[in-house]
Amino acid sequence: MAGTAVRRRLTWRLATVAAVTAEARTARRLSLRIDGWEGHLPGQHVDVRLTAPDGYQAQRSYSIASAPGSTTVDLVVQRIDDGEVSSYLTEELRAGDELELRGPIGGYFVWHADLDAPLQLVAGGSGVAPFLAMLDHHAATGSGVPVRLLYSARSLDDVLGRERLEQHAGRGVGVTIALTRTQPPGWAGLGGRVTPETLRDHVWPPDAEPRIFVCGPTTFVEAVADGLVAAGHHATAIRIERFG
Amino acid sequence: MSSRDGGMTFLSRGFVGRRDARRDAGRLPPGQYDVGDGFPVLSAGPTPRTAPEDWDFTVTGEVDGPVRLTWQEFQELPREDVTVDIHCVTKWSKFGTTWSGVALDTLLGLVDTSAEHLLAYCDGGYTTNLALEDVADGRAWVVDRFDGRPLEPEHGGPARLLVPELYFWKSAKWVRGLYLSGTEEPGFWETLGYHLRGDPWLEQRYAGD
Amino acid sequence: MTVESRRLDGNAAAGRLADVFAFDATVARTRCGGCGTTAPLGAHHVYADAPGMVVRCLVCEAVVLRIVRTPGHTWLDMSGTAALDIPDGDPS
Repeated sequence: MAGTAVRRRLTWRLATVAAVTAEARTARRLSLRIDGWEGHLPGQHVDVRLTAPDGYQAQRSYSIASAPGSTTVDLVVQRIDDGEVSSYLTEELRAGDELELRGPIGGYFVWHADLDAPLQLVAGGSGVAPFLAMLDHHAATGSGVPVRLLYSARSLDDVLGRERLEQHAGRGVGVTIALTRTQPPGWAGLGGRVTPETLRDHVWPPDAEPRIFVCGPTTFVEAVADGLVAAGHHATAIRIERFG
Repeated sequence: MSSRDGGMTFLSRGFVGRRDARRDAGRLPPGQYDVGDGFPVLSAGPTPRTAPEDWDFTVTGEVDGPVRLTWQEFQELPREDVTVDIHCVTKWSKFGTTWSGVALDTLLGLVDTSAEHLLAYCDGGYTTNLALEDVADGRAWVVDRFDGRPLEPEHGGPARLLVPELYFWKSAKWVRGLYLSGTEEPGFWETLGYHLRGDPWLEQRYAGD
Repeated sequence: MTVESRRLDGNAAAGRLADVFAFDATVARTRCGGCGTTAPLGAHHVYADAPGMVVRCLVCEAVVLRIVRTPGHTWLDMSGTAALDIPDGDPS
C-alpha cells in the first residue's frame, strides 16, 4: 500500500536488461533487473533517461507492465516513427545492457487491491501497459473484485500481452478487444472505434459504481472520458493517464 | 553537459541522439541541432483561436498616446518578407524559414516613447520581455504568414512575434500587443529561470548564463 | 497533431514534482486559484513539451503550477494554487 506520504527523494539508478522480447509487431517488452528495487504499485511508471556520448539526453516516461511481485520490472515500449527514445529501446537495446531510470513514480493512477469497487479498464493502443500490471496483480492477490477491460488496438498484430489477456479472460476477467483498422477473418471481438454505444455495452454501468482507469493517446482518453461522463459516471470515479 | 547527480555521467550504449546534430555546424548556435523539415510545436497551454474580427493589436504603456489597430488596419501597414533561421531553447534549430508581416519598427513608429523595454502580451496569458534595442532596425516583426500561407493557430496564428536573433520563446505566439516600459519586467519563462535576453549565440538559456 | 492532442495529465508530472516535494504531489488536492476547482494534481492537464512543465486546471485551464529545471536549480511557481491538501497515507 502507499503507506506513508513522506518518502525519500527520487534518484536516477541503473537497471540491467535481463531480456528483450517481442510483445507485438512494433512493441518490445523490456524485462529489467534493478538492485534494491523497493517494489511498486500497479499503474505506476518510471522515467527513462538516455545519454549520448556528446551529452545529449532524452527522457521519457513508461508505465510498468509487470505486477509488483514479478521477478523483473517490465516496460512495454511501442516503437513510434521518428521516436528517438522508443526506436532505441525497441531496436538497439539488448539483454545485458544497462538502462538509466528513476521510479517508481506516481500514486494517482494506481489500483489498490483492497479497493472493493468493480474495476473497469479502458485502454487505447500501448495504453494497456499499466493494465497488464493491474490484471496480473489482480490475479496474484486472488482479488474477488470483478474486472472488465475494454481495449482498442489497430489490428490483432498490435495487441499487447495477447496471451496474458487470454489467460485473464479464462479466469473470468471481461476482456473486450476492439480492432479499429483491420479485423482478421472470423474475428469475434469488436471492430471500429470506441463509441458511446461501445462504452454502454462493455463498461460497468454507473450504478455498479466502478473505479475506472483510462489510458491511451490524449484524443482517445478524452473522448472516452467525455463518453463515460455523458453515460452517467462520476468524473471523480475516472482516472486518466494520457500520453501525447 | 553538467549532471546534477554528480559523479560520472552514465552513457547509454549505442544511443547517439540526434544524428544530424553536427550538420552545418557553422550555422548552428552552440548546443543546437538541425530539426530539418520538421517544425516542432511547443506550447504551455491550449491553442487560442481568435477570429480576425475579434483580433486587435495594441501598443500601450509609457507612450504619449496608446495605439489600437484592428486586423484590417494591421493589414494595411507596410509589409515585409523575411527568411531567417530560428533557434528554440529546447535545442532545435530550423534553417531558412520564410515569414511575412509588419516590422516592429513600423509598429513602434506609431507611438512616441522613451521606453527601453517592452513586454509582449498574448492570447492565453503568455508574456515575454524584450529590450527595444533587440527589436529595432529590422530585427523583429509581427508576422501573420508562414511559408506563403496564413499562419496556423498551432504556430501562433493569426499573428505572432518573430525575433530570430533570440531564442524562439521570445517569438511569442498569438501576440496581441506590446507594453512599453522604462524598466525590464520578466515574462512567463523569464520569471522561472530562463534568461532575460536569450541570445542563442551566447547560449543565454538560463538566468545567470 | 494539435496541441490538445498532446496534452498530458498531472500524473505525467509526478517525476518532475518528485524533484520538489517529499510527498507524492499527484495525489495532493489543489484548489485552483482561478476558478476554485479542487482536484488531485494528477487529474490536471499538463503541457510538458514547452521550455518548462505547465500544470493547468482541468476545468478552466488556468496555470496551477509551473516547474523548470535549469542546471543546478529547480524553479517552482505555485502562484496559481490557492491551497494544497496532502493526504497522509493511502490515496484511494
